Amino acid sequence: MNHSFARSFGMRTILVLVFAFLYIPIAVLAALSFNEGGLPTAWSGFSLKWYASLAGNSAILSAALNTLIVALISTAIATLLGTLLAIGIEMRRQYGKGLEALIFAPMIIPDIVLAIALLSFFSMLNLTMGLHTIILAHVVFNLAFVCSVVRARLKSFDWSIVEASADLGASAITTFRRVTLPVIAPAVIAGALLAFTLSVDEFIIAFFTAGAGRASTTLPMQIYAMIRFGITPEINALATIVMAVSITALTLSQRLNRGIIGQ
Amino acid sequence: MTRPSRSSLLMAPALAWLAALMVVPCALVLALAFFRRGIYGGIEYTFTLENFGLVFDPLYAGIFLNSARIAGTATLIAVVIGYAAAYAIAAAPRRWQPVFLFFAVLPFWSNYLIRTYAWIVLLNREGLITQLLRWFGYTGEPPSMLYTEGAVIAGLVYNYLPFVILACYAPLSRLNPELAEASRDLGASAATTFRRVILPLTVPGIAAGAVFVFVLSIGNFVTPALLGGGRFQMIGNLVYDQFLTANDWPFGAALAMALIAIMLLVLMAQALAANRASGHVTQAGGGTDG
Repeated sequence: MNHSFARSFGMRTILVLVFAFLYIPIAVLAALSFNEGGLPTAWSGFSLKWYASLAGNSAILSAALNTLIVALISTAIATLLGTLLAIGIEMRRQYGKGLEALIFAPMIIPDIVLAIALLSFFSMLNLTMGLHTIILAHVVFNLAFVCSVVRARLKSFDWSIVEASADLGASAITTFRRVTLPVIAPAVIAGALLAFTLSVDEFIIAFFTAGAGRASTTLPMQIYAMIRFGITPEINALATIVMAVSITALTLSQRLNRGIIGQ
Repeated sequence: MTRPSRSSLLMAPALAWLAALMVVPCALVLALAFFRRGIYGGIEYTFTLENFGLVFDPLYAGIFLNSARIAGTATLIAVVIGYAAAYAIAAAPRRWQPVFLFFAVLPFWSNYLIRTYAWIVLLNREGLITQLLRWFGYTGEPPSMLYTEGAVIAGLVYNYLPFVILACYAPLSRLNPELAEASRDLGASAATTFRRVILPLTVPGIAAGAVFVFVLSIGNFVTPALLGGGRFQMIGNLVYDQFLTANDWPFGAALAMALIAIMLLVLMAQALAANRASGHVTQAGGGTDG
């Protein structure tokens, strides 16, 4: 029918325009990272030299290492705490709204507020700030995200099999290892990947809790410092790598746990 | 061990972490807002309300209004584009919907700074847009698009659009197609059907998306700093300055609390909108039952 043809044509146009809007800016950025010339003015040939120059930039390499340390440790802690929290909550038949709000809060508090709160807190305690304080801070929001992913999985969990396992004489630990864990494992891994991605990308809280000095500069802090000086092909190359890493981690996470982003 | 006590034991480490590193620090900021700034930038522990008074000082109130305007404009644009996109995705064949949704959300999970930087690359004087204009025969001065309010708004819309798409898609995909058919059969035009049937049923999604964009935009400091070139102060920048340059922590704390207050107000408005929308649905349901 003519009407439905016009309608589906309209729908397709909207999709094309929206996806163009979402992807053209990052595609241009990625394309320019392979530009020989190094200026945004004109394409002058394919080159990998900006990637090579990244590999020789010690400030970026040390920032990348710091980011990796922060992301790995905070993800490990958050995955453990967040998973236990999720099981603890879902085990209960009822819980208060306050508990729900407390767990939801780290996901919605503006970053800048949590950042200054932690800065005030750490300096009041006279704590020397560095990578360890960034890790403490990142666990706060990471555990909330892990918890929400694992809880979604536990919603359909049949707790009677846990009771059955206990009735058959299995210890709490054996029951967890042999019954609960296999069911929630994909969600735990998906949650961990999500936490890792968030931690790798997090800038504001890290910026405020890193303390003085360049020793604990993370990759987003380094990127922010570089961006403020303007456009360089080197940032384009770095940005392309960072995007590729987070997009890969997220795609993996999505495949492991269908629906965490499609919810 | 009983189930509740085992549950408490499992939750304890995470809740302790949140208490020590979120609740206590936030309470500390709240307390800080009631103290005075010391002469040398430290904190003087005498009770005062003047930090909150300063928030309403015309100079700062102006920045609040400015932030609200920028965040409001970004929210409006993001909701219109995001709703249209969600509508188009929900109208696509079933098996394609998850794929479209995944690719709509994917950019959202890449680094925020990089997504903002991509707009510097696009909008700078020799960027893609200038190149395109030249290609179409434009010969004048390159337009200055970067470091304008428009650039800040574009950056905010770009960064938060995926969430609006997600939030609007949820109710749109659950919409019963028979409702729209019934409305058409009863003689309503497509526009009326949309306005009277589809839109009210999807208000919760719009509200959730709008709240998200507004709250994140109004507290943002990265986008105004990078795309506004520091010319457009928003609340986030103001908080940043008090803590890292002006060294007036009590005032910065008061500003942060004002930000939280705005956020809570907006969340309450959202809950109200969602309630009213569900009331609307119940009424419609009650009509058919009765």
